[in-house]
Amino acid sequence: MSSTATTIEQAVPPKAGPRAFAKRLRDGDEIAHLITLLFAASILLITSLLVYELWVNSKQSRAAFGWGFFTKVVWDPISGDFGAAPFIYGTLVTAVVSLAIALPLGLAAAIFLAELAPRQLSDGIAFLIDLLAAVPSVIYGLLGIFIVVPLMRTTVGPLLIHTVGNVPGIGKFFKGPNYGVGFLTAGVVLAIMIVPFIISVSREVLLTVPREQREAALGLGATRWEATWKVVVPWARTGIMGSVFLALARALGETMAVTMVIGNDPKIAASLFAPGYTIAAVIANEFSEATGDLYLAALIELGLVLFLMTFILNGLARILIVATERGGGHPS
Amino acid sequence: MKRVLLIWRKSLNIVMLTLTGVAAFAVVSVLFLILGYLIFNGWRSLNWDFFTQLPKPVGEAGGGMANAIVGSLKLLFLAAILGLPIGLIGGVYLAEFGGKTFAFITRYTADLLNGVPSIVIGIFAYALFVLPVKHFSAFSGGVALAIMVIPITLRSTEEFLRAVPNSLREGAMALGASKWKTIATVILPAARGGIITGMLLALARVAGETAPLLFTAFGNRFWSPGWSQPIASLPRMIYDYAIAPYDDWHRQAWAAGLVLLGLVLIANIGTRLVLSRGGGGRSA
Repeated sequence: MSSTATTIEQAVPPKAGPRAFAKRLRDGDEIAHLITLLFAASILLITSLLVYELWVNSKQSRAAFGWGFFTKVVWDPISGDFGAAPFIYGTLVTAVVSLAIALPLGLAAAIFLAELAPRQLSDGIAFLIDLLAAVPSVIYGLLGIFIVVPLMRTTVGPLLIHTVGNVPGIGKFFKGPNYGVGFLTAGVVLAIMIVPFIISVSREVLLTVPREQREAALGLGATRWEATWKVVVPWARTGIMGSVFLALARALGETMAVTMVIGNDPKIAASLFAPGYTIAAVIANEFSEATGDLYLAALIELGLVLFLMTFILNGLARILIVATERGGGHPS
Repeated sequence: MKRVLLIWRKSLNIVMLTLTGVAAFAVVSVLFLILGYLIFNGWRSLNWDFFTQLPKPVGEAGGGMANAIVGSLKLLFLAAILGLPIGLIGGVYLAEFGGKTFAFITRYTADLLNGVPSIVIGIFAYALFVLPVKHFSAFSGGVALAIMVIPITLRSTEEFLRAVPNSLREGAMALGASKWKTIATVILPAARGGIITGMLLALARVAGETAPLLFTAFGNRFWSPGWSQPIASLPRMIYDYAIAPYDDWHRQAWAAGLVLLGLVLIANIGTRLVLSRGGGGRSA
């Protein structure tokens, strides 16, 4: 990672002592160093200030509800009683549903692009996929409202209810009234949004797997699929996990698209067709209308919870991706 | 027995490889079908009024989003002047001066800040600039976007500076230039194309953000003079118009969606093409 930095240090012989320092000061190097350092440090300042503001402004809610905030199912702005459970539930369920759809599809597509497709086709498709990752989330929300919701209400929903709904065990997740909006719809829209992410990162990670690994497996008589599934994918495992965590963090924090299709009802329901609510969605809907300090503090505490969830996931993801790149012998 | 196994393995091979191809095809076609639908609907709904008129009062058909287009540009301008310099200079530090531990922490924090949900950034900007003065403002929205611009610019600048060959640094220093002169006159110009590209991509990314503007820039159905009033933005208008019950508003939401998508995609395609031709590396 720091290979460039070390060469520069070698190129300029290390100077020590007050005289060398005075020279660097006269040349302006020390000043430039200090100024750029301050700008870089502003990232740390902003991030700590962010945490501080979330912490301080949620004080009232933390004092009023304590840890019970996380388990309470009530969200009643009128009587000033707030609990986060329905929102945490909704956030996790939509993220899991989206991952259940996006991971198999995305990984399969990434395998196709990295292992089978000719390089030019693969690069071309990857370019288009990267563009899709840049599409603003409100546009996915727009498409969700006018395409996915009607489709869910008229076609996919009834189909699932009549088939999977009757399977014992998992049937209860696919029962109940179907309004078109709800956990499943939000999960589908999120899946559409995170698939480009999973494909893009997984493809890059798969491409870093050394050629010799494939050749060795094929040379031992493995089929193309066996070489891919038993050698290449395990080799890239940590990097793929990293991409999944990144995608998951994005799904958890996604606001607009989810707000537009989840139905915005703070309930915990087993049925995936039931309308729900997520942390990001409730903040988006109620923040600017929150009357009373406690209401606002409760919403900010929700923001703090969301921040911590994505912070931890992103932290893990970065470590995993860096670890793969090192393990794959590819200095970044 | 062995033969059966071989047939099994070979058919599994064919089936699974076909499935991966089907998955790739399915994903790509679904994604492009829905975007095609957006372009179709948006194009049908787009007219000249959209760019020149203010929104009409509820119930009246017609009108446009001229104020939202200008509003988005103003917010982007704020994000650019507040966020880009910090990202740029911080990136110079990471690539050229950075030590081991501190640079690592900064880089890691930047990646984490980049991953913070945009709605949380909105809360942050709200707490800093809306709560004390008790009213929404264009400025607070611009700050929220700037906070998102900084980590992206920082990392892309660093990446492109690192891609500059060391021989250039050594050459300049061998001629007696001090380190900062080397950076200012040799390294930065060499990486200029890539750095500007990274900045444009950062701005394109925040141009479509809605969540951080909901309770900072808020929204406005009229022109918003100055920087301290609530201001309209294109993504926010799409959101409001899409969830409203009026058909005419839906039509305009599609038009706004197309305009926003067009801006973001043109910025992305343009910069990526320039990058791949210049060979200045690739930003993730």
